[in-house]
Order: sequence, then structure tokens, then C-alpha cells
Amino acid sequence: MLSYIGKRLLMMIPLVFGITLISFGVVHLAPGGPVEVETEMQLKASAQARENLKKLYGLDKPLHIQYFDWLRRFAKMDFGKSFVDGREVIKKIMERIPVTLKINILSLLLILCTAIPIGILSATKRYSLFDKLTTVFVFVGFSIPAFWLALLLMILFGVNLGILPISGIQSIDVSDMNTIERFIDQVKHLILPVGISAFGGIAGLSRYSRSSMLEVIRQDYIRTARAKGLNESDVILRHAFRNALMPVVTLLGLSVPGLIGGGVIFETIFAIPGMGQLFYSSAMSRDYPTIMGILVIGAILTLIGNLLADISYAFVDPRIRKAGR
Amino acid sequence: MKISAIVIRRFSRNRLSLAALFAVIAIIAIALLAGIISPRNPMAIDVHNVLSPPSLSHPFGTDELGRDVLSRMIWGSRVSLQVGFIAVGIAILVGTIIGSVAGFYGGKIDALLMRFVDIMLAFPTFFLILAVIAILEPSIFTIMAVIGFTGWMDVARLVRAEFLTLRERDFVTAAKALGAGNLRLMFRHILPNALAPVFVAATFGVAGAILTESGLSFLGLGVQPPNPSWGNILTAGKDNIEVAWWLSLFPGLAILVTVLSYNLVGEGLRDALDPRLWERESSKIRDKEKTPGVSAGN
Repeated sequence: MLSYIGKRLLMMIPLVFGITLISFGVVHLAPGGPVEVETEMQLKASAQARENLKKLYGLDKPLHIQYFDWLRRFAKMDFGKSFVDGREVIKKIMERIPVTLKINILSLLLILCTAIPIGILSATKRYSLFDKLTTVFVFVGFSIPAFWLALLLMILFGVNLGILPISGIQSIDVSDMNTIERFIDQVKHLILPVGISAFGGIAGLSRYSRSSMLEVIRQDYIRTARAKGLNESDVILRHAFRNALMPVVTLLGLSVPGLIGGGVIFETIFAIPGMGQLFYSSAMSRDYPTIMGILVIGAILTLIGNLLADISYAFVDPRIRKAGR
Repeated sequence: MKISAIVIRRFSRNRLSLAALFAVIAIIAIALLAGIISPRNPMAIDVHNVLSPPSLSHPFGTDELGRDVLSRMIWGSRVSLQVGFIAVGIAILVGTIIGSVAGFYGGKIDALLMRFVDIMLAFPTFFLILAVIAILEPSIFTIMAVIGFTGWMDVARLVRAEFLTLRERDFVTAAKALGAGNLRLMFRHILPNALAPVFVAATFGVAGAILTESGLSFLGLGVQPPNPSWGNILTAGKDNIEVAWWLSLFPGLAILVTVLSYNLVGEGLRDALDPRLWERESSKIRDKEKTPGVSAGN
């Protein structure tokens, strides 16, 4: 098992290298490069001032040297300073990560706890009313713009019913609350963002676990289990479930980039101070060091998500563990 | 053309997908005929009718500048259509070329290209799109290009998988024996047989591209006002969320119906093209190798 994990970690190295290369490349697509942007703001910046700025950021050097300089600093987790407020990019990102992680982990949990039972139930009761209803739900879930759903729910719960807050992650008077009130306050603020970010995932994963389950139910060993007289719930939960779950685990790992990236829209809508919102505001103000930093960290978080999925896959499937040796 | 007749017959047996196909055709017609059917000028500002609710003269109400929402939505459908088709066109082109080369040559070229695919897949796509659009100028052309160039990876994987099985088949060996060059083998002999899953992916891709465009326009990084798009009408909806529900409801519904239609057509197409489901249909069809299923959406 350990050697398998080690092998997977080694395979990540070239990927991380490629990720840094693309992030660097994307930012240097900019006509005129980053300095143009910073001097755009100050109309009177002289040619001399531009040259000085270029020297400061090392932009007067050839591109490949700039890249290696940046890579060397990146290895020390130094992404430079933000163009906007001059603060360390890494600090700006780090203070945003907990909120984003909290929402993503909660919505992953929500996806797991709802999608898998839905999928299994609609597979075992194929063509029933429940199955048909979930199919409708799945297609709507695939097709609905998440930000529109957010708007509608904000109108319903925030404006018309007035029972849920429509922005932020905590009330202004949170410091006056006791622990229980604080917890309720948190739940109220998180329920819409988490529910909405999970919505598409629930649709996708329930569809996927349904077809995975249908595949498994047809297998010979399920017929054997039935033939030896096990009752149906044992057949489904003990024999079919575990095998149907395996492909689902991989899909979960693949859904991580979607969750992180999707954060941009609903973090902006709900004014949640997470990575997505930081990325949006950095992109709007063309804050290149922050853009590069978030691109790289977002991609690496994705790789870690995939790695965790692969490891748990190996954990449930002995064939992969053995082959990894 | 026996097979295409069977595909059409199988597709039209699925009533939901057939209805969705008609919806898609209707939406395309609306976009093409926008100049004729739009009841009002989508740009005409009317300060006496700001944010008026749906009525007979403005079936979907008016926006914060008194412009007719229905007319703006009709013109906005052109944006969705263009972005959907051109972005997917780019994604298919890039994905097919990379997938073909990787699957045909195999070995080191394959390994290199597939690592590139892995790297591109590791980026949260929306971050990448947002970064490029913010750096270049936001416009409908940037959006099409960026969605296309960040969305080709699935197609590349599908085409590669098809190539890996097809290149071992007898007809390829025969063509090689007749002296066909690599390019001819790839694009004249193998590719036409690898296209079925690409069609399905393209249909789902159009749906995804329309969703992405609406999100970008909603964030102000897409089609720039005063030009209408479904996404930027929704931005106005968000700004007037407490007073004008119609600004939020109708454009979103249009996106939902359009995307849903493309997804249902894709689903019908996938079932119709899946040879595993053909066996019961007709024993006359030649044995065809199993096509790996395409996973829906993302």
C-alpha cells in the first residue's frame, strides 16, 4: 500500500511542473505583460518608471529565466506580493482556504450522503415512480445554472420568507452570541451555499451510482447470493453495494476541480470570503501574482483530491493494491 | 446507409429526446429569426417604464432601463447559440487531433500528450477561463476561444480510446498494405469510425458551453452591456433582486430549457448510437465492437 502511494506521489511531480508552466504561460499571455497593467492606473508613469518596475519584478529578463526564478520562489511557497494591496499572496490565499475547504467538504459530504442512497434506491426499484422522478431531477440538476438557482432561492428564502441571510458567512453581531446561537448562525449562513454547490454533484453522482449499481446487480455473484437464500437487503447492502461503490469513489475525486472552480460564482453571489471570490476580484483587478498563486494552488488541491480518491480506491479494491507492488 | 437509418429510428423511438430535438430546432430558429420575431428594439430605453412587471405590452416585463426583457432574451439567444457551437467546434477540433495522434502513434507521444491532458484536467476549469478572459479583453470571441481551448480533454480521451482499438483492426492493416500514409490512415480510415462518441460528447458540450457562457456573462466577464445575453440580464436580476423577480426568472428559465434540451438530445443520441443496445433491434447489423459509454455531463 505504501509503495503504491509513493508511486502515485512520484507521478504527481511532472504534473505539478506542467501546472506551474501553464499558470505562468497564461499570465504572460497578457499583451505588454503585467507592468502595463500596473502603470495603466498611474497615467503619468514615465518610461523610466516602467523600466524600474520591470526590473523590480524581474520582467526585463528573458521569459525562461523569469519562469525559473518564479519556480524557485514557488518551491519556497513565495508567490510574491499582490499588486493590489502589497500583501504577501500566500497570506491572502491562506486566509481564504479554510472557508472554501469548509464549504467544499460539507457539500462533498452532502453529495455522498444523498446521492448514493438515491442512486441505489432507483437502481433497485428501476422504472418505478421514484426512479422516474430522480431521472427528472438528474437532468434538471445537470442543466440548471447554479447561480440562477441561487438567485431564486435567495428571493424565496431571503426576500419573501425572510428566514435566511443572503450574504456573508456570519452575522455582524456574532461576537455577542453564545455557542449555540453561533452554531445556528453558521448553519443559516451555510445552508444555501452548501446546498447549491452540492446540487449538480448530487445529480451527477446519483445517476452514476445508479448505473454502477445496475451493472453490479446483473453479475453472477449476485445471482449466487440470491440463490443461496440471502434476503434481498443483505444481497444489496453487503454484496452489491461495496462493488458498486468503487467507481463512485473515483468520480468523487474528479469532482473536486468542479467544486473549487464553481465556487467563484456562488462565493461572489453570497459574498463569501473564499478562494473563488478572491480569484474573481484578483482577475478583475488583474492582480497577476495572486492569479498565478491561486491557479497553482487550486490545481494542486485538485491533484490531492485525485490522490485521495485513488488511495481510497486502492483501499477498497485489493487488485490495485497488489498491482502497485 | 443502413446504420444511420437504424440510429434515426432508435432516436425517434425515445419520445423525450425527440421532443428535446424539436425544442433545440425551435431555439435555433428563434435565434436566427431574432430580427423578425423580436417584438421591440432590444436596445430601446424607455425611462417611463423602468422595471415594470410583466404585462400585455411587455410579456416578460422591463429592465432597469425600461428595455423589453422578451426582446432582449430573443436577441440574447444568438449569443448562446454562437458560443455553444463555436466553442464546441474548437474543442472537438483540438480534442480530435490530439486524441488521434496519441491513439495512433502510441508510445512516448501518447504518454506525453496524455500527461498534458492530465495537467489540463487538474485546473479548476472555471479559474483558468476566468484568468484568461480577465487578461485578454472580455468579449464573445474570447469566450468562445477560451471555452473551446479548455474543454477539449474529454474528446481527446474518447478519440484516443477509439483509436487504440481501431488501429489493430483488419481494415487498417489492409489500408496500410495498400500503401496508405499515416495521415490518410488516421483521418480517412480510422477517424470516421471513431466519431460516434464524439457526436455525443459534442451535444453535451454545447449544453456545458452555454452554461459556462451564462455564468461568465453573469459575472460581467462575458458579453458586455448594452448587448444582451441571458447571463447579463440575470446580473440586472441580481441587482434588483428585491423588486423585480421577472428579471431573474425568465432568462434563467430560458437557459435551463435550452441546456436541458441539448442534454436530452445527447442522452437520446448516446442510446441510439450504443451498439450494445442494438442487438435486440436487428440481427442483420454486422457485429460491431463495444463502444465505451460516455459519462453524462460533468
